[in-house]
Amino acid sequence: MSRIRKQSEYERTFAYRFFHWLGGEKDAFVGNMEMRPQQEYREEEATIQERMKDRQQVIAEVYDSSHNRELRFFGALYKCLSIVFCIALVTLLVITVSYLPSVGGEIRPTNNEVSEKYITDGLLDTGAVNIVTGMILSYRAFDTFGETNVLFIATCCVMIMLMVDEKKIRENKESNDRGFEPKNDVILQAIASLLVPIVFLFGIYIILNGHLSPGGGFSGGAMIGAGLILYVAAFGFEKTERFFNEKVYKCVKVTALLCYGCIVTYYFLTGANGLPCLIPLGEPGTILSGGITLPINIFVGSEVACTMYAFYALFRRGGL
Amino acid sequence: MEMIRNFPCLSILLSMFSAIISSAVKGRGARRINTFVVSVVGILSACTLYYTYTTGQSYVYVMGHFPAPFGNEIRFGSLEAGMALFFCVIMLLSLNGGRRKIQMEVDPEKENLYFIMVDLLLSSLLALVYTNDLFTAYVFVEINTIAACGLIMIMESGRAIEAATRYMIMSLLGSGLFLIGLCMLYDMTGHLLMSNVQASIQAIAADGTYVIPLLVMIALLVVGLAIKSALFPFHAWLPDAYGYSTVSSAAMLSSLVSKGYIFLLIKIIYRVIGFDIFVQSRIINVLFVFGLAGMIMGSTSAIRENDIRRMISYSSVAQIGYIYMGFGLGTSAGMAASVFHILAHAATKSLLFVSGVGLTDVSGDHKEFIELTGSAYRNVCAGLAFTVGSLSMVGIPLFSGFISKLLFSQAAVQSQIKMLPALIVLAVSTVLNAIYFMKTVIRIYTPVSCKYKSVSIRENPLYAFTLLCFVVLNIGLGMWSQPITDWIAQGLSVFA
Repeated sequence: MSRIRKQSEYERTFAYRFFHWLGGEKDAFVGNMEMRPQQEYREEEATIQERMKDRQQVIAEVYDSSHNRELRFFGALYKCLSIVFCIALVTLLVITVSYLPSVGGEIRPTNNEVSEKYITDGLLDTGAVNIVTGMILSYRAFDTFGETNVLFIATCCVMIMLMVDEKKIRENKESNDRGFEPKNDVILQAIASLLVPIVFLFGIYIILNGHLSPGGGFSGGAMIGAGLILYVAAFGFEKTERFFNEKVYKCVKVTALLCYGCIVTYYFLTGANGLPCLIPLGEPGTILSGGITLPINIFVGSEVACTMYAFYALFRRGGL
Repeated sequence: MEMIRNFPCLSILLSMFSAIISSAVKGRGARRINTFVVSVVGILSACTLYYTYTTGQSYVYVMGHFPAPFGNEIRFGSLEAGMALFFCVIMLLSLNGGRRKIQMEVDPEKENLYFIMVDLLLSSLLALVYTNDLFTAYVFVEINTIAACGLIMIMESGRAIEAATRYMIMSLLGSGLFLIGLCMLYDMTGHLLMSNVQASIQAIAADGTYVIPLLVMIALLVVGLAIKSALFPFHAWLPDAYGYSTVSSAAMLSSLVSKGYIFLLIKIIYRVIGFDIFVQSRIINVLFVFGLAGMIMGSTSAIRENDIRRMISYSSVAQIGYIYMGFGLGTSAGMAASVFHILAHAATKSLLFVSGVGLTDVSGDHKEFIELTGSAYRNVCAGLAFTVGSLSMVGIPLFSGFISKLLFSQAAVQSQIKMLPALIVLAVSTVLNAIYFMKTVIRIYTPVSCKYKSVSIRENPLYAFTLLCFVVLNIGLGMWSQPITDWIAQGLSVFA
C-alpha cells in the first residue's frame, strides 16, 4: 500500500515481503520446502544384503593383520610406547622413594604412638603374646574380616569361571580330559602317606598357637590346604571325596564364616556401645587365652584351607 | 549412645552375612535374601539419613573395643547416609528391572553366585562410603573389584569373559597405583586414619619437607581411582564391560561401582589431603583438562557407535568427564555439582540400560540401530522410559540432567580462568549428547512394518513398575532439586 511506488514495484521490495510474512499472510515453507507425512520405514532385501556384505568386508579387512599395514604400524608403536611409559613410571617412583624418610632411621613418622601402644599395651589389651596376631584380629578386626571376605569372593569368582556341571563331566568323559587321574605312583603315595598327617598336624598346631607364637589362621590354613592338595595329587579325587566333598566344603566354609561374622558383630556392637566383652582374655601364654583371637584363628584357618583346596580342585577338574 | 548410630555398622555386616548365607542356598533363595537385605539396608540408611540430617552433625563409630587410631572406625554424616540410601534404591531397581534377563542368561546352577557378588558389592560400597580408615578403604576396594569382575563374567560368553579380563587388568592397575600411593602416604605421615593423616599432611605442607612425594602421592591416588572409575584416557575397558554383561550388571557397574570409587575420591580430597592442599596442587588442572576431554571424546565415540548398549556405555565416559570437570573447578560449588551429578547420572544411566534391554528384546535381541527401528511401538513403556532417560541426559528441564548442567555452569561462572572452557565444552557436549540420544529416540519412534512381536505391559508388570520408579526418581531429582542441593551442601560442610 505504498503511495510513492506502484503496487507491482512495491511487491518486489524486501519491506513488502517482510510485512507480508509478519502479518502471517504467507508461510515461508509452503512451496519452498518439501513436506510429506511420515512414512513407514522399509528396507529392501537388496540393501540388507549389501549392508551385510559391507560389514563382512569391513571385518575381514580390519582383522587381516598380515596385510593391514596400519594395524602393524600401530601395533609396533603401541609396544614402543608402553615400554617408554613403563620406564618413565619406574623412574618416577624410584625418584620419589629417594625423597621419602630413610628406612631404619630413628626419627621416622611411622614410629609414633600407634606402634608404641601396640608394643606396650598389646598383651594387656588383647591377651595374645603374638602382637601381630593380636593386632590384626582384635585391634583391626574389621579389616581382617574384610580380607577373609576377599578370599571368599575370590573362590566364588573362580567358581563362576571354571565350575562345570557334574552331569556334563560324566556325559562326555572321553572328550574331556578333566576326569583323568594320574596313575598310582607308588613312591608319591608312600611319601604322601608319611607327610600328609605331619603337614595336617603342623597346620593345626600353627592355627591353635597363633596367639602365642608366629603364625595364625592364614598361614596354618594355607598349610592344611597344601596337605589336602598333596593328598589329592597322590591318591586322586575319588579317595579324597570320601572325607572332603562339596557338601563338607560348603558346611565348613559357611559355618566358619558365619561364626567369624557373629564374633566380630558381637565384638563391634559391645565395643561401640561401651559394654564389656564377655569373652575372657585368659592367662597370657596358655593355650586358652587371647580372647577372640583363638576362635577367630580357627575359623580363618578352616576358611583358608577350604579356599586353597577349592582353587586347586576347580582348576584341575572344574568341580569340588 | 542412641540405637540409630549402630545402623551403618549393622548394614555393612548384614550385607556380608547375606553373602555368606547365599553360598549355601539355591538361586531363588539367594535372590530373595538379596532383595530382603537391600531393602533392609535401604531402610536403615534412611533412618540414619533422617537422624544425621536433623542433628546436622557427623558421628564416629568405633569398630571394636579400641578407639582410633589404634582400632578401626567408621564415620557417618548426612552425605554418607544419603549416598548409602541412594545406592540401595538404584541396586534394588536395577536388579528388579533385569530379573528376567538374569534368569535367561545366567546358568541356574550359578545364580546364587551372582547374588553373592551383588551382596558383597553392596557391602563394599557401604564400607567405601562410611569408612574413616584408608586401609579399610583399600580392603573394600579389592572386594569391589572382584565383585565387579564376577558380575561381568557371569554371562560366560566369549565377549563377556574378554571384557572381564580387560576390566580386571585395568582395574588391578588402578588398585596397584592406589596401594603405592597409600604406602607413600603412610611412610610420610605414619597414620592410616583419615583425620590423623590430614593433620600430618597439613603439617608437612606447611613445613615444605616432602614436596615431591606429596605431589606424586596425590597423583597416584587420583590416577588409581580415575582408572577404576573410567576417566577419559583410561576408559578403554568400559564399553565392552558394560555392553556385553547382563543388563543388571551393566546398570550396577555404571551407576554404583564407578560412583563408589568417585565417592572415595571425594572423601580422600576432603578428609585426607584437605581441600585447600588439593586445590593448590597442580593435579586439579589435569583433572579439569581430562574431564573436558572426556566430555567431548565420550560423546563423539557414542555418535559413531552402531550398538545401542555400547552407545549408552560411551555416554557414561562423557558423564564421568562432567563429574571430574566439577572436581577440576576447585570450588565447593563445583564439588556440590559433581555430587549432584553422581546422583543424576546414576539414576539416568541405569534407567537407560534397563529400558534399552526392553527395546532390544522386541527386536530379536539385535542391538544394531537398524533393527531397533520402531521398537518403541512394540514395547511402549520401554520406549517412553528410554525417551525420558535421553531427555534427562541431554539436559531438558523437568529432568535430573538439567539441574546438574545448571549447577555445573553456575559453578563454572564463579571461576575466572576456567569459566570459558568449561562453559564452551558444556555447550558442545550438550549438543553432541542431543545428536546421539535424539537420533536414537527418532529411530525407535519411526513406524515400520512389523517383523517382530510386540509385548504389552501385562506380560512383565515388574519390569514396567521398575521403569516407572526410575522415571519418578528422575523427575523427582529434577523437580525437587532444592532440598537435594541443600542436603548436599549440608553434607559437604560436615564432611570436612
